[in-house]
Amino acid sequence: MTDTLKIGNYEFKSRLLLGTGKFSDLDVQQQAVDASGTEVLTFAIRRLNIDNPDNPNFLERLDLKSFTLLPNTAGAQTAEEAVRIARLAKASGLCDMIKVEVIGDMRTLMPDPIGTLKATEILVKEGFTVLPYTTDDPLLARHLWEAGAAAIMPLASPIGSGLGILNPHYISFIIEESPVPVIIDAGIGSPKDVAEAMEMGADGVLLNTAVAGAKDPVLMAEAMKLAVEAGRKGFLAGRIQKKRYANASSPMEMMIE
Amino acid sequence: MNLLINGQERVIENAKTLADVVSHFGLSERIIVIEHNLNIVARELYAETPLTEGDKIEIVHFVGGGC
Repeated sequence: MTDTLKIGNYEFKSRLLLGTGKFSDLDVQQQAVDASGTEVLTFAIRRLNIDNPDNPNFLERLDLKSFTLLPNTAGAQTAEEAVRIARLAKASGLCDMIKVEVIGDMRTLMPDPIGTLKATEILVKEGFTVLPYTTDDPLLARHLWEAGAAAIMPLASPIGSGLGILNPHYISFIIEESPVPVIIDAGIGSPKDVAEAMEMGADGVLLNTAVAGAKDPVLMAEAMKLAVEAGRKGFLAGRIQKKRYANASSPMEMMIE
Repeated sequence: MNLLINGQERVIENAKTLADVVSHFGLSERIIVIEHNLNIVARELYAETPLTEGDKIEIVHFVGGGC
């Protein structure tokens, strides 16, 4: 039995999605992408610098047959702005997946729930495969998958904070209930956070800063890959119940006297 | 021809269609998307999209980004 991640019409062997921001160097980035084993890369859409259009661009180095692109609507603060960016991304002809990101507060970069839902509704109707970036609110998550989101992407903690999963309890409600994949997005800091998310039953994780900002991004990318696999297998294997006191592993009978 | 390209006022001599803007900046081989007066224009229609004075053009591309 192969254990794959299915998002809309897409199917992936890897459960690690990787952002492409904040890498200091394109060669390091390429090695980190390879080490992570990811099949999905996120990008942002921005104006081209028309005075210097030949600036090195990571996308144009990639073998696009090997990856699925997940452009985001980062920078949007309203549903309308997110829809505009999503349409531009799709017009590239490279992808129909979109990570809806409608930021409601510039200090915390928390998503605006109303704008996120509105953009999701519009883009689903237009035929996009929509992955909304959302808070850890189980009811908002429900509205999003009812609106046709192909996956739900609750934040672990604020973007780039590395604080790990602040509200595992609410995220577990989302995972329990969601008929579509739940991908933990934003705030993950270390392989331990990744393993925690996967052990909880998350279907995948989206990382960027935790890899790009590590002292050795390539080694961290590999560590994250292993953490995803370890956490996933741990979840499938089913962990033991926690007990308050000890429970000996060695027989208590036939003791030597 | 006076155009507003990515928020900057630019004069491009003899630009008649969007295709002229693309070749002016040397972008024919690049992965870009163009919005012309807020309408997205498919690549194959650049040469058939006439320009008028003061048109607003957005030329965008994919940059690194994530979460």
